[in-house]
Amino acid sequence: MANATVSKFDNIIEIKNVTKVFDGITVVDDVNLAVRRGEFVTLLGPSGCGKTTLLRMIAGFEIPTKGSIYLEKQDVTTIPPHLRPINTVFQKYALFPHLNVFKNIAFGLKLKKIDTGEVDKKGRPIFRKFTKDEIREKVERVLKLVNLEAYGYRDITGLSGGQQQRVAIARAIVCEPKVLLLDEPLGALDLKMRKEMQLELAAMHKNIGITFIYVTHDQEEALTMSDKVVVLTDGAVQQYGTPKKIYDEPANAFVADFIGESNILSGVMHADFRVEFCGAEFECLDKGFNKDEQVDLVIRPEDIKISRKKGTLCGKVVSTVFKGTYYEMEVLAENYQFTVQNTEEFTPDETVYLSVEPNGIHIMKKLKVVNEFIGTVTSEDTVEFCGGEFEFNNTLGLEKGDTVRVKIPFGKIELTDDEDDGVIGANVTQAFYKGSYYQVQVYTDDDNEFFIDTADEWDMNDRVGIKIKPEDIEVIKVETDEDGNVISDAQDASVAPETENEEVE
Amino acid sequence: MANPVNSAAIENNGAPSPESNKKKRKMRGIKRTAFSVPYLALSVIFVVIPLFIMLYYAFTDLDGNFSFANFGHFFSRPNIMKVMGRSFLVALITTVLCFLLAYPLALALSSSTLNRNAILVMLFILPMWINSLLRTYAMKIVLNILEVTNPWVAVTTGMVYDFFPFMLMPLYSILSGMDKNVLEASQDLGASPIRTLFTVKLPLSLPGIVSGVLMVFMPTVSTFAISDILGNTDTYLFGNVIDQWFRNSGGWHIGSAYSFILLVLIAVTVLIANKVTKGRSEVGGVL
Repeated sequence: MANATVSKFDNIIEIKNVTKVFDGITVVDDVNLAVRRGEFVTLLGPSGCGKTTLLRMIAGFEIPTKGSIYLEKQDVTTIPPHLRPINTVFQKYALFPHLNVFKNIAFGLKLKKIDTGEVDKKGRPIFRKFTKDEIREKVERVLKLVNLEAYGYRDITGLSGGQQQRVAIARAIVCEPKVLLLDEPLGALDLKMRKEMQLELAAMHKNIGITFIYVTHDQEEALTMSDKVVVLTDGAVQQYGTPKKIYDEPANAFVADFIGESNILSGVMHADFRVEFCGAEFECLDKGFNKDEQVDLVIRPEDIKISRKKGTLCGKVVSTVFKGTYYEMEVLAENYQFTVQNTEEFTPDETVYLSVEPNGIHIMKKLKVVNEFIGTVTSEDTVEFCGGEFEFNNTLGLEKGDTVRVKIPFGKIELTDDEDDGVIGANVTQAFYKGSYYQVQVYTDDDNEFFIDTADEWDMNDRVGIKIKPEDIEVIKVETDEDGNVISDAQDASVAPETENEEVE
Repeated sequence: MANPVNSAAIENNGAPSPESNKKKRKMRGIKRTAFSVPYLALSVIFVVIPLFIMLYYAFTDLDGNFSFANFGHFFSRPNIMKVMGRSFLVALITTVLCFLLAYPLALALSSSTLNRNAILVMLFILPMWINSLLRTYAMKIVLNILEVTNPWVAVTTGMVYDFFPFMLMPLYSILSGMDKNVLEASQDLGASPIRTLFTVKLPLSLPGIVSGVLMVFMPTVSTFAISDILGNTDTYLFGNVIDQWFRNSGGWHIGSAYSFILLVLIAVTVLIANKVTKGRSEVGGVL
């Protein structure tokens, strides 16, 4: 069955292991992505997550450092933008100021070569250009599509932002590209105009049947418009799926936090369908975790039931805000502040009970439970990283001077009150209560970041020492180039990146 | 109870502000336009009055009577008119050469990879820091070493060398300030880099081209120092003619008339140039 759907909706764009490095900074990190013909796919992520760079690589403005991009099964990785049947709607429109609306739209048409279907004596296909009448007809048709029929001979500079945006869209779609790329095209418009254009774009996508790849940082825009959403951070795909799936079943805490408001907690899977958090056991719909595996879980504010009489957790209302159609309340229960939405108002200081139905609890694998650093072996049983020398068990027979990757689980680090008791000193920058323990983030003096799971509470800006038992430090040798940049791990399997590109429906 | 107190406070806050503003204005006692007075005075002293002095000399004879004789002097001498034509031709050739040399260079310099920190631009602008006469004498030596004997070639080379930065600067600034997105849009729509150069870059850099052309053309058409140093009697230009008249005491009237004719011709050139860029320049009008 899977094969049948593939042949019907074949992949128009395939991105394979694409990495882009700018000046030593990895902007896009080993991304794999397949876009089906005719789909509306949105690349969603905070600014700086690499979504625009990914789009620019599809358009041909950037060449991937590693990996390849296929358009209809053909490798187009290094083909320059003017030879790709792909058009872009730019963030700031990028219209030609020296041309009027008509000429802006006709720009691409005038350059387009059309296969006449005939061949010359040597068997090469003969191409022709569009005639003036054909160009006029096409431009007029697309002007009608974007509701700018009377604007053909206007100057670009005299148009409003929304009108310029329509011209930019018209200019791109008139060329009938195989894929239309849109780089935050509505970012410069006001809210009302943006909402209208969202609907118009979605309708346009339906009418003309071109594949859309849309970039935005606006999660609402992504959820309302697209068939599929790709959530990106730090240049890596966090989740790829339908808007509903991404909202209901976020793959990890980042996705959950980025897509809408949510309560993110840490829990323990006691058994299939049984999860414990905030000191109580709940029924859930997830299985397949190890016994007592630490997990992140998401509960949407609207999925929490709040009552004065009964519930699983008892808490106190901290604040109440009226949001138009519902009340949003902060409820402190078992040391965790839940955000709860309900149509009924509960007043601050009221004692309430919270409960969650099994389908309201979304369980995710922990995004990251291990601190990773690059360090150097300094002697038979010591390794230096983050400006400190730690003892470790050298089971692999590493030699002095070897560059290594050091891994320490969050839960295996001890923080000490007195800085001198630890190997290195650090400042506490954040501490979250995760339902049953605190996750503390500290910065070392050389700006390295540690996460520590601990039962103790630490305050911001506390000065602490970091201590790690030798047996808890995992050390792997890595290959480096001449400049000391890490190329790859000697043992590849141990650091296979967790990607969730496969869609499971 | 809190409300009346609040509103009183607002009134208190609100009421005195216009008054104090008025006071401030009064205390200063000067309008904004007053700040333009020094500039107005400067331009009257150094532009308007000299212009009228020139006009006075141009339209009077040696006794101070009103006369067109000075202009008659010019229009009755085909030789001088030929010299003027030659001046325009040399200026035109210089301008074209400057443009052909500067545009590709400005294109290269405006691409960020080649010109980090604008050091290369500095290298090309640096000669402007040196006295132009000194540069011209240096050029004379260089031309001698290269055994360039043709005086026209020498004069034109000197002019191109002297005025090249004036062409480069406006071109560089317009090209480096150009919206990269627009150029990418052109490529995105199927234009090869060369086609993008001619259909997008060149038209969009027109204001820079016009201002560069004027910056080179205007001084070259009236220069006399370069042709004096690098040329010989054959390369006598209109600037040299004017120079000659002003050197003898009785020649100020005819010299002024000649200068006035040149001024009118340059003004016409500027007007035409402005017409060309009209409505196209995003960067503001040219001169």
